[in-house]
Amino acid sequence: MAAATPGMKRFYGLLGAVAIVGIGLLGWQLSRPATVSIPANVAIQPGDTAGFNGYVKGDSSAPVEITEYADYQCPFCQTFATLQMPTIEERLIKTGKLRWRYKDFPLQQHSYSRLAAHSAACAADQGKFWPQHEKLYEGQAEWAESHDAAPIFRKYAEANGLDLARYDACMSSHAHAGRIEASYQEAMRVGVNSTPTLLVGGRLYTGRLDSDAITRLVDSLAPKTTSAR
Amino acid sequence: MIYRMGAAFLSLVGLFVSAYLYLYKIGRIGSLACGSGGCETVQLSSWSRVLGVEVSLIGVIGYALLLGVALVALQPGAENRRGPMRLFTLLAAAGVLFTAYLTSLELFVIHAICRWCVGSAVIIVSIFVLALMAQRMPGPQAG
Repeated sequence: MAAATPGMKRFYGLLGAVAIVGIGLLGWQLSRPATVSIPANVAIQPGDTAGFNGYVKGDSSAPVEITEYADYQCPFCQTFATLQMPTIEERLIKTGKLRWRYKDFPLQQHSYSRLAAHSAACAADQGKFWPQHEKLYEGQAEWAESHDAAPIFRKYAEANGLDLARYDACMSSHAHAGRIEASYQEAMRVGVNSTPTLLVGGRLYTGRLDSDAITRLVDSLAPKTTSAR
Repeated sequence: MIYRMGAAFLSLVGLFVSAYLYLYKIGRIGSLACGSGGCETVQLSSWSRVLGVEVSLIGVIGYALLLGVALVALQPGAENRRGPMRLFTLLAAAGVLFTAYLTSLELFVIHAICRWCVGSAVIIVSIFVLALMAQRMPGPQAG
């Protein structure tokens, strides 16, 4: 093979320089530990859902159960969580009338939904699901339009007293990506197509249900001995 | 020769753009430097896979092939052989068609624009144009 001309040598030098810069930039991106995202196309493993059926709040013997399918980045879910849930909790959950089951339904159009759901799942590993869940909804306006939500979620985890080393390891390993995807697929199977959707007594309720409507619903479903005041 | 060099150079740039998007898709990079949510919307949509294969991985393989063929076409002994440049042009044409399909999905189905995908579209169209121009020019001369 003939020797390369000086022009070709310069070209190969330029190509090599671009390759080094490109590899360096990708390496720099890969080395940033605080920034994670949760893949949606995970293969669900049996272990992802073993012993897990949503995040539950309330008495296990409560006569009525509501399953909520929600998305942390959905504005209606945020309003429901921050305005209606405190009343529902005081009036129905703490009084033993209702058991609440929360399941993730991260909508595709929301870029941080899965990341937020994963943050809550990692908090659940340390027994802090509900505090993290509340922080995520309360802070939605702070992170939904941010350039990078991961550090904000980490800040919430720190405020909730989580072991950050365990939290970081959980987030960066996508430990619960399969669980979230399983929850999403389950919601699709039962017919959920918007958030929040409530599953009560085998029926789906969508729209802007408030705490009064839910109280009436629970009272109508509960045995008379339980609903009588 | 300058067209072949330009095509090889852009193939390398396209390879890094695709690799960046692929690393994001498999969760190794947290967020894309996008400036809007469009990149995530496109990358996380069901259209980001074709026949079960990540579109960005197809990009990585395609640009790597283009780079490899372009480097072969730049070898001093290859100037009189039309085979490498014809293959390069064919690959670039396939890339342009695939990119047109993906861009139409962004515009009319997903309703979101990923700036990195637009960047890749500009690169592959430029590569195709350079390939056509290189076909009309003599290859590199031995030193």
